Amino acid sequence: MPEPPRQCQPLWREEFSVSKADERYVNRRQLAKFLTLGSLGMFAGNVWIVVRGWFRHAPQFARATVARAGEMQVGGVKLFQYPNPGDQCIMVRTAEDQYVAYSQKCTHLSCAVYYSRELDRLECPCHQGFFSIHDGSVLQGPPTRPLPKVVLERQGDELIAIRMEPEA
Amino acid sequence: MSRFIKPLQNRGLTAIDAVTALIVILLIVQMWMLSATLDIDLAGHTDAAVPAAIASGLLCACCFALYAFVRRIDRHARDE
Repeated sequence: MPEPPRQCQPLWREEFSVSKADERYVNRRQLAKFLTLGSLGMFAGNVWIVVRGWFRHAPQFARATVARAGEMQVGGVKLFQYPNPGDQCIMVRTAEDQYVAYSQKCTHLSCAVYYSRELDRLECPCHQGFFSIHDGSVLQGPPTRPLPKVVLERQGDELIAIRMEPEA
Repeated sequence: MSRFIKPLQNRGLTAIDAVTALIVILLIVQMWMLSATLDIDLAGHTDAAVPAAIASGLLCACCFALYAFVRRIDRHARDE
């Protein structure tokens, strides 16, 4: 029995053709459609990132007293939590009148960094990532981003954390 | 329509395969771009988000254009 013209066939018959020649076309067309919708999904993902950036609020940092000026000796270390409980930070007294503080979380895989007094740098023991004690920049190893810095302000005898840079 | 593949249909299939390969390449670029933008965004930098979205939109438009081409070839070859 001769087949009716394609325009007269129902859609299901076209999409589930018994003809091998037609089936090849359907398979390829559906793959192309699937890939194109995937491309649309990727674009939607990028748009979502942009929209998320628009609605992101700048974090508010509370002022918190984290240490007293004389309580550490030069080269001494103090751990504290800032800006939230559980956000571990490390403070180092690098000179008589100089204090620096950074997030203790390595920017590679979040291991805790520690201060190496001999080499005067912060070190991540997990993958040997090293950070400058002066500005938190990466000296060596797999991390690509510097350690977030805790900005300190001295008020009399007290060292006060006022914000993080860059804002996490 | 014959149940056998005609030469013109065969050429149509080859063209569709080539276009599909192009779409795959564009999709891989888009996937890389999305993962890189997400990585930068999670690091707290938002500068790259808008240019990446524009580039991704252009690639997406290219994919739709190629898909429209596939449909045209498909219709043309199957009507033969």
